[in-house]
Amino acid sequence: MTGDELWLDRDAGPVVRPYAVTRGRTRPPGIAAGLIDVVVSAGRRPAQAPGLGPEHRLLLGLCGEPTALADLASEADLPLGVVRVLVGDLQERALVKVVASAGGNQDEQVLRSVLDGLRAL
Amino acid sequence: MVYGRSERPAGLAPAPVVTKILIAGGFGVGKTTLVGAISEVRPLRTEEDLSELGIGVDDTTSVELKRTTTVAMDFGRITFPGGAVLYLFGTPGQERFWFMWDELAFGALAAVVLADTRRLGDCFSSIDYFERRDTPFVVAANQFDGSPVYDAAAIRDALDVDRDVPVLACDARSRESVKEVLIASVAHALARHHADARR
Repeated sequence: MTGDELWLDRDAGPVVRPYAVTRGRTRPPGIAAGLIDVVVSAGRRPAQAPGLGPEHRLLLGLCGEPTALADLASEADLPLGVVRVLVGDLQERALVKVVASAGGNQDEQVLRSVLDGLRAL
Repeated sequence: MVYGRSERPAGLAPAPVVTKILIAGGFGVGKTTLVGAISEVRPLRTEEDLSELGIGVDDTTSVELKRTTTVAMDFGRITFPGGAVLYLFGTPGQERFWFMWDELAFGALAAVVLADTRRLGDCFSSIDYFERRDTPFVVAANQFDGSPVYDAAAIRDALDVDRDVPVLACDARSRESVKEVLIASVAHALARHHADARR
Protein backbone atom coordinates (compact mmCIF):
# COMPACT_ATOMS: atom_id res chain seq x y z
CA MET A 1 0.00 0.00 0.00
CA THR A 2 1.35 3.38 -0.87
CA GLY A 3 0.95 6.35 1.40
CA ASP A 4 -1.69 8.18 -0.63
CA GLU A 5 -4.20 5.32 -0.84
CA LEU A 6 -7.23 5.49 1.38
CA TRP A 7 -8.64 2.14 2.45
CA LEU A 8 -12.17 2.15 3.76
CA ASP A 9 -14.44 -0.41 5.36
CA ARG A 10 -13.55 -4.00 4.38
CA ASP A 11 -10.61 -2.84 2.27
CA ALA A 12 -8.98 -1.54 5.41
CA GLY A 13 -9.00 -5.05 6.87
CA PRO A 14 -10.58 -6.39 10.01
CA VAL A 15 -10.65 -4.36 13.19
CA VAL A 16 -9.05 -7.24 15.05
CA ARG A 17 -5.53 -7.92 13.79
CA PRO A 18 -5.60 -11.28 12.01
CA TYR A 19 -3.21 -13.12 14.26
CA ALA A 20 -5.09 -11.96 17.37
CA VAL A 21 -7.50 -14.86 16.80
CA THR A 22 -4.57 -17.26 16.93
CA ARG A 23 -3.22 -15.56 20.06
CA GLY A 24 -0.19 -14.41 18.15
CA ARG A 25 0.78 -17.76 16.72
CA THR A 26 1.76 -17.79 13.06
CA ARG A 27 2.42 -21.51 12.87
CA PRO A 28 0.13 -24.44 13.57
CA PRO A 29 0.98 -26.85 16.40
CA GLY A 30 1.57 -29.82 14.05
CA ILE A 31 2.39 -30.21 10.36
CA ALA A 32 1.07 -27.29 8.33
CA ALA A 33 -1.81 -28.26 6.04
CA GLY A 34 -1.21 -27.54 2.34
CA LEU A 35 -3.25 -25.05 0.36
CA ILE A 36 -5.50 -27.69 -1.19
CA ASP A 37 -5.30 -30.36 1.48
CA VAL A 38 -8.80 -31.40 2.45
CA VAL A 39 -10.15 -30.77 5.95
CA VAL A 40 -13.11 -32.72 7.28
CA SER A 41 -14.83 -32.59 10.64
CA ALA A 42 -14.49 -35.73 12.73
CA GLY A 43 -18.15 -35.28 13.70
CA ARG A 44 -17.60 -34.56 17.39
CA ARG A 45 -19.43 -31.61 18.91
CA PRO A 46 -17.16 -28.64 19.59
CA ALA A 47 -18.86 -28.22 23.00
CA GLN A 48 -16.72 -31.14 24.16
CA ALA A 49 -13.55 -29.16 23.52
CA PRO A 50 -13.20 -26.08 25.68
CA GLY A 51 -10.67 -23.43 24.77
CA LEU A 52 -11.87 -23.00 21.21
CA GLY A 53 -12.73 -19.53 19.99
CA PRO A 54 -15.60 -18.52 17.69
CA GLU A 55 -13.33 -18.82 14.64
CA HIS A 56 -12.52 -22.43 15.52
CA ARG A 57 -16.23 -23.15 15.73
CA LEU A 58 -16.90 -21.33 12.47
CA LEU A 59 -14.31 -23.49 10.70
CA LEU A 60 -15.65 -26.67 12.27
CA GLY A 61 -19.11 -25.78 10.99
CA LEU A 62 -17.73 -25.23 7.49
CA CYS A 63 -15.95 -28.57 7.16
CA GLY A 64 -18.83 -30.96 7.80
CA GLU A 65 -18.20 -31.96 4.20
CA PRO A 66 -14.58 -32.38 3.09
CA THR A 67 -13.36 -28.88 2.26
CA ALA A 68 -10.01 -27.71 0.92
CA LEU A 69 -8.02 -25.38 3.17
CA ALA A 70 -8.20 -22.57 0.60
CA ASP A 71 -12.00 -22.90 0.44
CA LEU A 72 -12.21 -22.76 4.22
CA ALA A 73 -10.20 -19.54 4.27
CA SER A 74 -12.34 -18.04 1.52
CA GLU A 75 -15.65 -19.04 3.09
CA ALA A 76 -14.65 -17.99 6.60
CA ASP A 77 -13.19 -14.74 5.22
CA LEU A 78 -10.05 -15.30 7.27
CA PRO A 79 -6.47 -15.12 6.04
CA LEU A 80 -5.03 -18.42 4.92
CA GLY A 81 -2.24 -18.37 7.50
CA VAL A 82 -4.72 -17.85 10.31
CA VAL A 83 -6.94 -20.70 9.09
CA ARG A 84 -3.90 -22.94 8.92
CA VAL A 85 -3.12 -22.31 12.59
CA LEU A 86 -6.75 -22.78 13.68
CA VAL A 87 -7.10 -26.00 11.66
CA GLY A 88 -3.91 -27.19 13.35
CA ASP A 89 -5.58 -26.61 16.73
CA LEU A 90 -8.66 -28.56 15.65
CA GLN A 91 -6.46 -31.36 14.32
CA GLU A 92 -4.57 -31.52 17.62
CA ARG A 93 -7.89 -31.99 19.43
CA ALA A 94 -8.90 -34.68 16.89
CA LEU A 95 -11.89 -32.57 15.85
CA VAL A 96 -10.87 -32.59 12.18
CA LYS A 97 -8.89 -34.81 9.85
CA VAL A 98 -6.60 -33.31 7.23
CA VAL A 99 -6.17 -35.44 4.14
CA ALA A 100 -3.48 -34.67 1.59
CA SER A 101 -4.89 -34.14 -1.89
CA ALA A 102 -4.02 -36.70 -4.55
CA GLY A 103 -2.82 -33.98 -6.90
CA GLY A 104 0.62 -33.53 -8.36
CA ASN A 105 2.08 -33.77 -11.80
CA GLN A 106 3.63 -37.19 -11.20
CA ASP A 107 0.32 -39.04 -11.08
CA GLU A 108 -0.82 -40.10 -14.54
CA GLN A 109 -4.33 -41.05 -13.43
CA VAL A 110 -4.88 -37.63 -11.84
CA LEU A 111 -3.55 -35.83 -14.93
CA ARG A 112 -5.82 -37.88 -17.18
CA SER A 113 -8.92 -37.32 -15.07
CA VAL A 114 -8.36 -33.54 -15.05
CA LEU A 115 -7.67 -33.53 -18.79
CA ASP A 116 -10.88 -35.46 -19.46
CA GLY A 117 -12.79 -33.16 -17.12
CA LEU A 118 -11.53 -30.03 -18.87
CA ARG A 119 -12.31 -31.41 -22.32
CA ALA A 120 -15.87 -32.19 -21.24
CA LEU A 121 -16.51 -28.66 -19.89
CA MET B 1 7.77 -23.20 6.72
CA VAL B 2 7.63 -26.72 5.42
CA TYR B 3 4.43 -27.59 3.65
CA GLY B 4 4.73 -31.31 3.98
CA ARG B 5 2.15 -33.81 3.02
CA SER B 6 -0.41 -34.26 5.73
CA GLU B 7 -0.98 -37.62 7.18
CA ARG B 8 -3.29 -39.85 5.17
CA PRO B 9 -5.32 -42.09 7.47
CA ALA B 10 -4.86 -45.74 6.57
CA GLY B 11 -7.85 -47.77 5.53
CA LEU B 12 -9.98 -44.79 4.56
CA ALA B 13 -11.36 -43.95 1.14
CA PRO B 14 -8.73 -42.88 -1.42
CA ALA B 15 -7.61 -39.27 -1.15
CA PRO B 16 -9.89 -36.88 -2.99
CA VAL B 17 -8.65 -35.74 -6.38
CA VAL B 18 -8.02 -32.09 -5.60
CA THR B 19 -5.63 -30.40 -7.98
CA LYS B 20 -4.36 -26.98 -8.85
CA ILE B 21 -2.97 -25.06 -11.77
CA LEU B 22 -1.03 -21.84 -11.25
CA ILE B 23 -1.75 -18.75 -13.32
CA ALA B 24 1.35 -16.57 -13.39
CA GLY B 25 2.44 -13.49 -15.27
CA GLY B 26 3.13 -9.83 -14.77
CA PHE B 27 0.91 -7.35 -12.99
CA GLY B 28 -2.20 -6.44 -14.98
CA VAL B 29 -1.73 -9.10 -17.65
CA GLY B 30 -5.22 -10.53 -17.16
CA LYS B 31 -4.83 -13.28 -14.56
CA THR B 32 -8.02 -12.31 -12.74
CA THR B 33 -9.89 -12.16 -16.04
CA LEU B 34 -8.61 -15.60 -17.04
CA VAL B 35 -9.59 -17.23 -13.74
CA GLY B 36 -13.00 -15.54 -13.92
CA ALA B 37 -13.65 -16.69 -17.49
CA ILE B 38 -13.82 -20.35 -16.50
CA SER B 39 -14.56 -20.45 -12.79
CA GLU B 40 -16.21 -18.50 -10.06
CA VAL B 41 -13.56 -16.21 -8.60
CA ARG B 42 -13.59 -16.24 -4.85
CA PRO B 43 -11.83 -13.97 -2.43
CA LEU B 44 -8.72 -15.39 -0.81
CA ARG B 45 -6.18 -13.54 1.19
CA THR B 46 -3.32 -14.49 3.36
CA GLU B 47 -1.52 -12.65 6.04
CA GLU B 48 2.20 -13.12 6.16
CA ASP B 49 4.46 -12.52 9.07
CA LEU B 50 6.95 -9.92 7.89
CA SER B 51 9.31 -10.52 10.77
CA GLU B 52 10.23 -13.87 9.22
CA LEU B 53 9.51 -13.50 5.53
CA GLY B 54 9.92 -9.85 4.74
CA ILE B 55 13.50 -9.39 5.83
CA GLY B 56 15.20 -7.42 3.11
CA VAL B 57 11.91 -6.96 1.30
CA ASP B 58 10.00 -4.51 3.44
CA ASP B 59 11.55 -2.00 5.77
CA THR B 60 9.68 -2.66 8.98
CA THR B 61 11.80 -0.50 11.25
CA SER B 62 9.45 2.45 11.05
CA VAL B 63 6.29 0.44 11.72
CA GLU B 64 7.13 -1.52 14.80
CA LEU B 65 3.61 -2.77 15.38
CA LYS B 66 2.61 -3.89 11.91
CA ARG B 67 4.39 -7.18 11.54
CA THR B 68 2.12 -8.76 8.97
CA THR B 69 1.09 -7.87 5.45
CA THR B 70 -1.96 -8.94 3.48
CA VAL B 71 -1.59 -10.66 0.12
CA ALA B 72 -4.70 -11.09 -2.04
CA MET B 73 -4.80 -13.91 -4.56
CA ASP B 74 -7.04 -14.83 -7.48
CA PHE B 75 -8.68 -18.09 -6.64
CA GLY B 76 -11.17 -20.11 -8.65
CA ARG B 77 -12.63 -23.59 -8.46
CA ILE B 78 -13.84 -25.96 -11.16
CA THR B 79 -15.67 -29.09 -10.01
CA PHE B 80 -15.88 -31.90 -12.55
CA PRO B 81 -18.89 -34.23 -12.74
CA GLY B 82 -16.82 -37.13 -11.41
CA GLY B 83 -16.09 -35.14 -8.23
CA ALA B 84 -12.50 -34.17 -9.01
CA VAL B 85 -11.75 -30.55 -8.24
CA LEU B 86 -9.36 -28.20 -10.04
CA TYR B 87 -8.32 -24.99 -8.33
CA LEU B 88 -6.83 -22.08 -10.20
CA PHE B 89 -4.51 -19.84 -8.24
CA GLY B 90 -3.30 -16.56 -9.65
CA THR B 91 0.14 -15.73 -8.32
CA PRO B 92 0.43 -12.38 -6.59
CA GLY B 93 1.73 -9.97 -9.22
CA GLN B 94 4.24 -8.02 -7.22
CA GLU B 95 7.74 -9.39 -6.91
CA ARG B 96 7.74 -8.73 -3.18
CA PHE B 97 5.41 -11.69 -2.81
CA TRP B 98 7.81 -14.24 -4.26
CA PHE B 99 7.82 -16.08 -0.96
CA MET B 100 4.24 -17.15 -1.67
CA TRP B 101 5.15 -18.97 -4.85
CA ASP B 102 6.73 -22.06 -3.32
CA GLU B 103 3.56 -22.93 -1.53
CA LEU B 104 1.40 -22.14 -4.55
CA ALA B 105 3.60 -24.26 -6.81
CA PHE B 106 3.91 -27.18 -4.40
CA GLY B 107 2.00 -30.10 -5.89
CA ALA B 108 0.63 -28.08 -8.83
CA LEU B 109 -0.30 -30.06 -11.94
CA ALA B 110 0.98 -27.36 -14.25
CA ALA B 111 1.31 -23.63 -14.67
CA VAL B 112 0.15 -21.08 -17.21
CA VAL B 113 2.38 -18.07 -17.85
CA LEU B 114 0.12 -15.37 -19.18
CA ALA B 115 2.03 -12.94 -21.37
CA ASP B 116 1.24 -9.51 -22.75
CA THR B 117 2.94 -9.18 -26.15
CA ARG B 118 3.42 -5.45 -25.52
CA ARG B 119 5.64 -6.18 -22.53
CA LEU B 120 6.92 -9.71 -22.80
CA GLY B 121 9.70 -9.00 -20.33
CA ASP B 122 7.18 -9.01 -17.49
CA CYS B 123 6.87 -12.78 -17.65
CA PHE B 124 10.58 -13.66 -17.71
CA SER B 125 10.71 -14.09 -13.96
CA SER B 126 7.71 -16.48 -13.99
CA ILE B 127 9.30 -18.56 -16.74
CA ASP B 128 12.61 -18.69 -14.86
CA TYR B 129 10.81 -19.80 -11.73
CA PHE B 130 8.95 -22.70 -13.39
CA GLU B 131 12.03 -23.79 -15.34
CA ARG B 132 14.08 -23.91 -12.15
CA ARG B 133 11.36 -25.79 -10.28
CA ASP B 134 10.76 -28.14 -13.20
CA THR B 135 7.03 -27.33 -13.14
CA PRO B 136 5.40 -28.07 -16.53
CA PHE B 137 4.13 -24.78 -17.98
CA VAL B 138 2.67 -23.28 -21.11
CA VAL B 139 2.93 -19.68 -22.31
CA ALA B 140 -0.37 -18.08 -23.26
CA ALA B 141 -0.16 -14.72 -25.01
CA ASN B 142 -3.22 -12.73 -24.03
CA GLN B 143 -4.53 -10.90 -27.08
CA PHE B 144 -5.42 -7.44 -25.89
CA ASP B 145 -7.38 -5.20 -28.21
CA GLY B 146 -4.84 -3.19 -30.12
CA SER B 147 -1.88 -5.30 -29.09
CA PRO B 148 0.36 -6.49 -31.90
CA VAL B 149 -0.41 -10.00 -33.10
CA TYR B 150 2.71 -12.15 -33.18
CA ASP B 151 2.79 -15.76 -34.12
CA ALA B 152 3.69 -18.35 -31.56
CA ALA B 153 7.14 -18.93 -33.05
CA ALA B 154 8.07 -15.25 -32.68
CA ILE B 155 6.91 -15.25 -29.06
CA ARG B 156 8.83 -18.46 -28.39
CA ASP B 157 11.99 -16.93 -29.84
CA ALA B 158 11.56 -13.75 -27.82
CA LEU B 159 11.05 -15.68 -24.59
CA ASP B 160 13.71 -18.29 -25.35
CA VAL B 161 11.71 -21.16 -23.88
CA ASP B 162 12.43 -24.82 -24.56
CA ARG B 163 11.16 -26.26 -27.83
CA ASP B 164 8.70 -28.56 -26.08
CA VAL B 165 6.99 -25.76 -24.11
CA PRO B 166 3.63 -24.99 -25.76
CA VAL B 167 3.18 -21.34 -26.73
CA LEU B 168 -0.31 -20.30 -27.73
CA ALA B 169 -2.41 -17.19 -28.20
CA CYS B 170 -5.45 -16.76 -26.00
CA ASP B 171 -8.23 -14.40 -25.09
CA ALA B 172 -8.41 -14.37 -21.29
CA ARG B 173 -12.03 -13.16 -21.49
CA SER B 174 -13.20 -16.20 -23.45
CA ARG B 175 -14.19 -19.35 -21.61
CA GLU B 176 -13.43 -21.52 -24.65
CA SER B 177 -10.02 -19.96 -25.13
CA VAL B 178 -9.11 -20.33 -21.45
CA LYS B 179 -10.31 -23.93 -21.54
CA GLU B 180 -7.92 -24.61 -24.43
CA VAL B 181 -5.05 -23.06 -22.47
CA LEU B 182 -5.76 -25.20 -19.41
CA ILE B 183 -6.08 -28.33 -21.57
CA ALA B 184 -2.73 -27.49 -23.19
CA SER B 185 -1.09 -27.12 -19.78
CA VAL B 186 -2.33 -30.46 -18.45
CA ALA B 187 -1.63 -32.23 -21.75
CA HIS B 188 1.91 -30.84 -21.57
CA ALA B 189 2.28 -32.10 -17.98
CA LEU B 190 1.12 -35.53 -19.14
CA ALA B 191 3.55 -35.54 -22.07
CA ARG B 192 6.38 -34.53 -19.71
CA HIS B 193 5.36 -37.31 -17.34
CA HIS B 194 5.57 -39.86 -20.16
CA ALA B 195 8.92 -38.49 -21.33
CA ASP B 196 10.30 -38.76 -17.78
CA ALA B 197 9.01 -42.33 -17.48
CA ARG B 198 10.89 -43.35 -20.65
CA ARG B 199 14.18 -41.98 -19.34
